[in-house]
Amino acid sequence: MKFCNSWLREYVAHGLDPEALSHRLTMLGLEVDALEREGVPLERVVVGRVLARRPHPNADRLSLCRVDVGAAEPLGIVCGAPNVREGGLYPTALEGARLPGGLTIKATRLRGEPSAGMLCSATELGLDIEAEGLLELDADAIPGTDVGAVLELGDAVLDLNITPNRADCFSILGVAREVAAAGQLALSGPAPAGVAATVPDTLDVLLPAPAACPRFAGRIIRGLREDALTPLWMRERLRRCGVRPISPVVDVTNYVMLELGQPMHAYDLASLEGPLAARLAHAGEGLELLDGRQVQLQEDVLVIADAAGPVGLAGIMGGSRTAVAAASRDIFLEAAFFAPAALAGRARRFGLHTDASLRFERGVDPALAPQAIERATRLIMDIAGGQAGPLVDRLEAQGMPARPPVRLRRARMQRVLGIEVADDEVADILRRLHMQVVPIPDGWELTPPGARFDIGCEEDLIEEVARLHGYERIPALPGTVTVTPARAGETLDPVGELGRALVTRGYQEAITYSFIEAGLARRFAADAGQELVLSNPISAELAVMRQSLWPGLALAAGENLRRQQPRVRLFELGSHYLAGDARDRAAGRHLAGIAVGSRWPEQWGEPSRRVDFFDVKADVEMLLATAGQLATSRFVAERHPALHPGRSARIVVAERPLGWLGEMHPVLAAELGLQGAMLFELAIDGLQRSRPSHGRLSVFPVVRRDVAMLVACDVPADQLLAVARGAVPPGILRDSFIFDLYMGPQVGDTQKSVAIGLILQDSSRTLTDEDVHGVLQDVRAALSREFQARIRE
Amino acid sequence: MWGCMNALDGMVADARTAVAAATDLAALDGVRVRFLGKKGGITALLRDLGRLPAAERPAAGQAINQARDLINEAIEERRLALEEQKLAASLAAGSLDITLPGRGEARGGEHPVSRSLSRIIAIFRGAGFAVHEGPEVEDDFHNFTALNIPADHPARAMHDTFYFPDGRLLRTHTSPVQIRALQAEGAPIRLIAPGRVYRCDSDMTHTPMFHQVEGLVVDRHVSFTHLKAILHGFVECFFEREAQLRFRPSYFPFTEPSAEVDVLSESGRWLEILGCGMVHPQVLRSAGLDPEEFTGYAFGMGVERLTMLRYGVDDLRLFFDNDLRFLRQFN
Repeated sequence: MKFCNSWLREYVAHGLDPEALSHRLTMLGLEVDALEREGVPLERVVVGRVLARRPHPNADRLSLCRVDVGAAEPLGIVCGAPNVREGGLYPTALEGARLPGGLTIKATRLRGEPSAGMLCSATELGLDIEAEGLLELDADAIPGTDVGAVLELGDAVLDLNITPNRADCFSILGVAREVAAAGQLALSGPAPAGVAATVPDTLDVLLPAPAACPRFAGRIIRGLREDALTPLWMRERLRRCGVRPISPVVDVTNYVMLELGQPMHAYDLASLEGPLAARLAHAGEGLELLDGRQVQLQEDVLVIADAAGPVGLAGIMGGSRTAVAAASRDIFLEAAFFAPAALAGRARRFGLHTDASLRFERGVDPALAPQAIERATRLIMDIAGGQAGPLVDRLEAQGMPARPPVRLRRARMQRVLGIEVADDEVADILRRLHMQVVPIPDGWELTPPGARFDIGCEEDLIEEVARLHGYERIPALPGTVTVTPARAGETLDPVGELGRALVTRGYQEAITYSFIEAGLARRFAADAGQELVLSNPISAELAVMRQSLWPGLALAAGENLRRQQPRVRLFELGSHYLAGDARDRAAGRHLAGIAVGSRWPEQWGEPSRRVDFFDVKADVEMLLATAGQLATSRFVAERHPALHPGRSARIVVAERPLGWLGEMHPVLAAELGLQGAMLFELAIDGLQRSRPSHGRLSVFPVVRRDVAMLVACDVPADQLLAVARGAVPPGILRDSFIFDLYMGPQVGDTQKSVAIGLILQDSSRTLTDEDVHGVLQDVRAALSREFQARIRE
Repeated sequence: MWGCMNALDGMVADARTAVAAATDLAALDGVRVRFLGKKGGITALLRDLGRLPAAERPAAGQAINQARDLINEAIEERRLALEEQKLAASLAAGSLDITLPGRGEARGGEHPVSRSLSRIIAIFRGAGFAVHEGPEVEDDFHNFTALNIPADHPARAMHDTFYFPDGRLLRTHTSPVQIRALQAEGAPIRLIAPGRVYRCDSDMTHTPMFHQVEGLVVDRHVSFTHLKAILHGFVECFFEREAQLRFRPSYFPFTEPSAEVDVLSESGRWLEILGCGMVHPQVLRSAGLDPEEFTGYAFGMGVERLTMLRYGVDDLRLFFDNDLRFLRQFN
């Protein structure tokens, strides 16, 4: 909410400069988002009245004005503005004045005629008012007085970020109450005064839904002047508070809302048919709003209706049929109390967010309605004349918001805040906040004022005391607490280690959005039809929850390649999401990566080549080793829609499928500009780390024997190894690995040459030549039997 | 025999000349063969020794041996010198341009937000906080109702929420983990909950996804003074400097009293860094605890915000562009 300091000072003489005021409000919990100035104070710019005006003899567009500036003799000033008129009052810059634009006023001659000063527009004074020509001052301005004082130049405008609990601060009066309470100052402001009725006309008001609308005040005003204009001072205050001036009646209702916090509405009396009722809408009713929109009403929507149907969405926006217009001579003013619960969510349902709904949803002081009517009546009649009817004030007491007393215990407050606040100070603070304070043995019993909808329990009062006592006066003290060792250990959480391991292998961590574009998601989905779709996505690109981290990484990698990065290695650690998964919590985290471009950073001494499947497989094996699960892992040739069908592996850990590894499908890769990209993804929540255990080290010699063979090309290497291992008697195989692989013309198209290394050692004796020979025989025999391997001697 | 002795002297002199003339080990070996080899001069003299009278043999033998030793010594001395030269030459030939860079993989790096998360977690673990996680796809109860934000509460307007057709939602804050942890473990409890959160909002200063760390302490004697102390300690650890904090009243439905915390920047401006407060009794009741027995505090911080302040990042959106040029600045 924006408000201007000049207006606030009318309600509380706080004596603070704008920065100090801003600090005080912020420390009261009314955060100041912005502090701006309206113009700057000016010297030698005064109110001037044009006494006489005649055309300039030598220029069609200029006029010669005699201007009363409060001095003994009027000044002769040449003016070029078309709206200058005799009798008008204008800001007049005298000789020597410096205007915000940098112009210094000098006595001069214009086209031969002397000019002793300048009549000014709003822009020339540094005010951001949309108007053509000179700024016309209000008729009661006194020639010769300082324009800076009249226009409050240099006024501070503060924009408050008001939290939803502080409905009471959506007004000058509300902010003033806080400033007064904090500074122990008195509240001032225009005294509430009733306007005596001079015409007998009233309008009946019915309250058939007292829980939603228990109070409705109103008044008829007849015979408004047609030519009335909102005075400059009011237009300026509205503008500074961010409200666009429209017409006297509408401006006054807005002005009173800003001043007191009571939203108001004005009806064109001639358009109203019969009594008004604040009732719930009937099914099927519709309403055309002030802004021309047509809305269909539901039975839980509170409306104001006349005999012909709804005339407004209560507390949100009026209807167009009964709106005041420039031609409205007779009006009916409304100031009601609508219960927050009856309005909650309704404005949002209609896509509306108005100053009125903002206030009513949070709570408006139910005592304000008649006071607001009186204030508005006074202001409207001052501006536009007219005759007031009697005040109508319907009240259904049972629907008025209750303000039950709340207990505040001294000991509880001390326990929550950790400090003791003296009894006198507590009582004083609460009284300054307009609460009724009744001392009881262990504390106080308090009744909050009508404007406060946020005081419902003891903690609310504790906060009020802390707030006015000052948060900064509460010390920081370390406490004694119960600490138990956290359940985190090597077998539970290898996650941090996995990320760091990838970092040392050249991968850069990325963080991509959890939601992606539906089409892209489908291209990467291992199982179609499981995507979790947002009801209200921010855009089509961010519409479904990712099932895989690959799409986000692929897009990021593509962007980087387009930024001329020759080599991209990215990984991400984050959740994936599946529809209808009851175990969303366990749907769990994935660790995924993409590598594309050259294998190595460009460097001397290494031939340049592109990253391939086995480079990235080594990265994955390193991850599995980091988790202590390499020995229990297998890579199984299986197809994935996003992967090259012949270069795709499912990663199986301890017999559970935990992820995928492969080269991006060439068709997809071509579409994304990621030719030759390698991908991996692992469900890391399933990667529980095994606990290492110690076995005695053997002291006997190690023997290495190699077995080389020719086998068919399609025999998987891991099966060769498995069969070789299986043929070694238990307990003596220390390691086994493939150390050579040849495919090419020397062995023909259908065969490959594979060499396996076996490391043998017994833990209780030295292996003899016969032992080793026997093992080799068995291994060769097994390989020949299983794979028709031709052993090479 | 004196002639012989003279010949011996001459031989030693010749040998020394030859040794000095040998410029490599092969030439030196030639010198050795010529004087000390099977057909060498000294060997011949020794062989002829038997022809001398017995009385002269010892003296002559001694003289020959002496000459042999002298020649040997000269050869060995030269050999050491030549070997040293050869090693020096081979080392000189093998020297590298040690200013060339090392080969192999370059290091990647952690995302700056992860880096901050790790640091925040480490700081709070050091203060005895356990790390909890909760689901990102949440239900209305845990995200709102249990946190004292009933349906249509105006505070819901502060949270632009992403919904799913079945009524579930993407959590708008990490606060639901408070409820889940209290329900699962009760009190006393001392936890932080890091994670992704989502708001349906995207502009210069908002991304639809960001990271928060929630903190919760519930115990029998927890007060606002303790909250101030833990956050002060945290901020000083995180920014690695003495810090001035400002707690100012604010509003969160699930804490009362509530505060926003500002830190005084090095340029003298107050910068908002986190929200906090004493756990609202209603929240404790929702989790089945008696607010007369337990009190607590809670806090929540935006990780991107802290990261921006820590590293001088001025555009939030950079964190999710994943531009390698940006990410590598934090390696």
